[in-house]
Amino acid sequence: MEVKELICINCPMGCPLTVTMDGEQLTVTGNTCPRGEDYARKEILSPTRIVTSSVRVSGGTIARVSVKTKTDIPKGKIFDVMEEIRAVRVDAPVKMGDVVIADCAGTGVDVIATKSVGRA
Amino acid sequence: MQYHDIVIVGGGPAGLAAAIAARKTGISDILILERDNVLGGILNQCIHNGFGLHTFKEELTGPEYAARYIAQVEEEKIPYRLSTIVADITHDRQVTYINREEGLVTIQAGAVILAMGCRERPRGALNTPGYRPAGIYSAGTAQRLMNIEGYLVGREAVILGSGDIGLIMARRMTLEGAKVKVVAEIMPYSGGLKRNIVQCLDDYGIPLKLSHTVVDIHGKDRLTGVTIAEVDENKNPIPGTEEYYSCDTLLLSVGLIPENELSKGAGISLNRVTSGPNVNDRLETEAEGIYACGNVLHVHDLVDFVSQEAALAGENAAEYVKRKAALAGERNAAETAPAEKNAAAAAESEEDERPGYAEPDRHTIPLVAADGVRYTVPQFLETSGMRDTVTVRFRVADVYKDRYISVYYDDQLISRKKKKVLAPGEMEQVVLTKKSLAGYPHMKRITIRTEVE
Amino acid sequence: MSKQQYDTDVAVIGGGVTGCAVARELSRYDLKICLLERTEDVCSGTSKANSAIIHAGYDAAAGSLMAKMNVEGNRLMDRLAADLDIPFRRNGSLVLCFSEEDMPGLQALYVRGVTNGVPGLRVLSGDEARQMEPNLTDEVVAALYAPTGGIVCPFNMTIALAENACENGVEFRFLTEVTEIRRSGEGYELTVREAEPSGAGAVRTISARFVVNAAGVYADRFHNMVSRRRISITPRRGTYCLLDQEAGRHVDKTIFQLPGKYGKGILVTPTVHGNLLIGPTAADIGDKEGTCTTAEELAEVTAKSARGVKNIPYRQVITSFAGLRAHEAGHEFILGEPEDAPGFFDAAGIESPGLSSAPAIGVYLAEMIARKSGAPAKEHFIATRKGIPHVAAMDREARAALIAERPDYGTIVCRCENVSEGEIVDSIRRPLGARSLDGIKRRVRQGMGRCQAGFCTPRTMEILSRETGIPMEKICKNQPGSEMITGEA
Repeated sequence: MEVKELICINCPMGCPLTVTMDGEQLTVTGNTCPRGEDYARKEILSPTRIVTSSVRVSGGTIARVSVKTKTDIPKGKIFDVMEEIRAVRVDAPVKMGDVVIADCAGTGVDVIATKSVGRA
Repeated sequence: MQYHDIVIVGGGPAGLAAAIAARKTGISDILILERDNVLGGILNQCIHNGFGLHTFKEELTGPEYAARYIAQVEEEKIPYRLSTIVADITHDRQVTYINREEGLVTIQAGAVILAMGCRERPRGALNTPGYRPAGIYSAGTAQRLMNIEGYLVGREAVILGSGDIGLIMARRMTLEGAKVKVVAEIMPYSGGLKRNIVQCLDDYGIPLKLSHTVVDIHGKDRLTGVTIAEVDENKNPIPGTEEYYSCDTLLLSVGLIPENELSKGAGISLNRVTSGPNVNDRLETEAEGIYACGNVLHVHDLVDFVSQEAALAGENAAEYVKRKAALAGERNAAETAPAEKNAAAAAESEEDERPGYAEPDRHTIPLVAADGVRYTVPQFLETSGMRDTVTVRFRVADVYKDRYISVYYDDQLISRKKKKVLAPGEMEQVVLTKKSLAGYPHMKRITIRTEVE
Repeated sequence: MSKQQYDTDVAVIGGGVTGCAVARELSRYDLKICLLERTEDVCSGTSKANSAIIHAGYDAAAGSLMAKMNVEGNRLMDRLAADLDIPFRRNGSLVLCFSEEDMPGLQALYVRGVTNGVPGLRVLSGDEARQMEPNLTDEVVAALYAPTGGIVCPFNMTIALAENACENGVEFRFLTEVTEIRRSGEGYELTVREAEPSGAGAVRTISARFVVNAAGVYADRFHNMVSRRRISITPRRGTYCLLDQEAGRHVDKTIFQLPGKYGKGILVTPTVHGNLLIGPTAADIGDKEGTCTTAEELAEVTAKSARGVKNIPYRQVITSFAGLRAHEAGHEFILGEPEDAPGFFDAAGIESPGLSSAPAIGVYLAEMIARKSGAPAKEHFIATRKGIPHVAAMDREARAALIAERPDYGTIVCRCENVSEGEIVDSIRRPLGARSLDGIKRRVRQGMGRCQAGFCTPRTMEILSRETGIPMEKICKNQPGSEMITGEA
């Protein structure tokens, strides 16, 4: 039986979670909402994160448009995603929600703009 | 002189939420004054996620969170001026602003909402010894340079202070290919949210050294390194614990200070602990008709609470303007001029009493922070105009485990709630109900304290 | 004059306040003058980090050059400040005496001041002094009051002198470090290394009939290249704390303590811009670039200042810094030609009261050189210079009119000091305009306030890049090597 301590990152409460692993069986305590349990299971079995960054814009009112992965991606893929994000450049105008990179780094997850940038 | 019912100083999260709430309360003559060239304030550069869980039940990035409020402002056609700096606010609510198109303009405001936000404590305020090379940034400045302008401020960084912006920037720089060597925190606990330590430091193997600080800064032109040392319980460096870290960048995340120069100019005194104005439960400062909300009032860690607080300030300011107009209307009953004009006349005439506060049974109760509670916002309660509930926000002085947060009406314990962990980095709140006050007509004070048992 | 041909009549080494004052006074004469400065701007060494005081002149030994230059420099300040638009105020100074035992010392200071020609000196009782300055401690038993003491903006003073010199034909060469000086005929040949912003160092020679050595802490190096009568300059480090303008009225006069073995001790003074300045310490060090602060010296500032002035709000420190005084063993200014190096004019050992003395040193050396060269006075010397308008300090009508004419005066970039984009643009576009963030800061106070450039740095970098064509990656805090960013993210 293995015990792991985690801090839930779902919300600013930051609940301290205790995960007891007994073979396939996972027991989560310390969470104050169901999201905490989900987080703990995911964090143990296949941790994921949302990646946020910014992408170069040509001809925009500002030089960068902020972006994020539309949903969380495997933690191990963060730097692969970043590599694609850093390589790309988009033309203004960009609208919030626009897909900037489709299926980023083979994660099946799109990178989308999180702000709108008008033409300069 | 121009007149507007409500002038809002600052178009960040607080100003936007206040404007929308004021509009929903029935005031249409609102003007937002914003110094940047876009609305949204600091949220524009906070491109990370984690905003809006309370308000929208989903996790947004800063720009997305701001966009929802900006969209409402646009929808409601609330006027705003960008690239406009407020130069001066007077006690009787004359607001002077400057911009390139209009030059200097002075407005008489029916009510003013202060929503100027805060600034970062600079290196100078720490009096850290050493040289003064390039490469020392407050974390927010570096954040702006990276996220808005697209520049990398350095390749090897040390971060002093574990405030949230510092933690966020540790991850941000790492993602952009820089090496963040260590985060040093002078306190024995982090000033940031626990989740940020996990997802910004632990995820990337960045060490957090508690009870450590920068004791020397090296490099005459560009930073070449810093010396970090452990500190004792009085925060004095312990000789022999010095460690040298080579780096070209030092980011500071060592505290935020509400920007209250304008408030002071209006003759509003500031609270020594929050560095923000003292306010009543309507978030009105000691200057009548001037309200405060968001980080200019006290530094928040969650924008959701800024929005909530600001909406309350917006509603109250709107109600103030309406009450005043109604009073002026009564006084000038014979005339048929629109209420707003009367409000303008009343605001300029200076002669009237505090509408709504002027009842003979007006009762002001101070809120006292004690035993590990550092401050409260609001600082006092006016029972006459009180809403059904009042949220009192506060911070604690140290990390406490298994303590109660207790509310006393004079010496009477009213409520207590056990908390597993209390930390200075995380704002707490209690809710007071109007009903509970009913049995205490002559109360001298309300005390909020932590208790061990 | 000989028939020998020179690149320039006078080469001035060093763009500090002394070098700029000499250059400005020399530019009254029909001479070709070139000022060589190692860094990217004037006022980037000792002149930028000092007490910003115009001393009355009672400190220096009677009959010394130091006393003469100080008193004369002080006297010249009203005219100079008016002519060149330099922020200057005669706020008066007090020297505090803490015990009856020390009274003879205070009396001696009074007598010395009178001998030096300092006007209006008075010895006050402790109570009289406290009446003048309510925040003095009860420890004060007496004080010497000097009404002619003043405060000045050392940046603007140096820049004003430089700009005026420039307008009168002086050529300024920045990023030009003198590495060698050789006698050549009746003049000198200077080897210089030009640090291009790219870092490539071109080496050239410049011949000059006369050389002025105003190199601050490096003056001994140049002197010793041409003279066997060696001098030695020790950098004497002084550490200061600068407090927010909210604390600026804590005292009105410049408050000194009775001088001890290491200079004038810790002073507390308002600055001409309304901050409170406290310092300096005095530590003799080996490193001529050792402008770091240390924990010990910062603690000393706090501890010593409390003796004379009570309740200093140290919570309001906005920055601390250290400067180096060019201390010469004899504690006397070395002005003029060494016997064995005619045509080489020292302005060496210019430690405190160097800033106060600069106007007089400028006149003194310029007259000496003019006499020797036989150069006539120019017919059309331009004696005045107008500074950059500080729009926030103007009255409403003037400010509105200015914004109507130049809208960028209506965009506030630095909100702590209320500096507009127009002022920043001016600081760059002027002759000898700023080429670095520090250069802008010294000219218009952008970033000088309580947030210490937290908000305005990105915007100021953009303006500097836009106005000069310097790419963002090359924008420096001061000289090359102090780049602000490392590239695109």
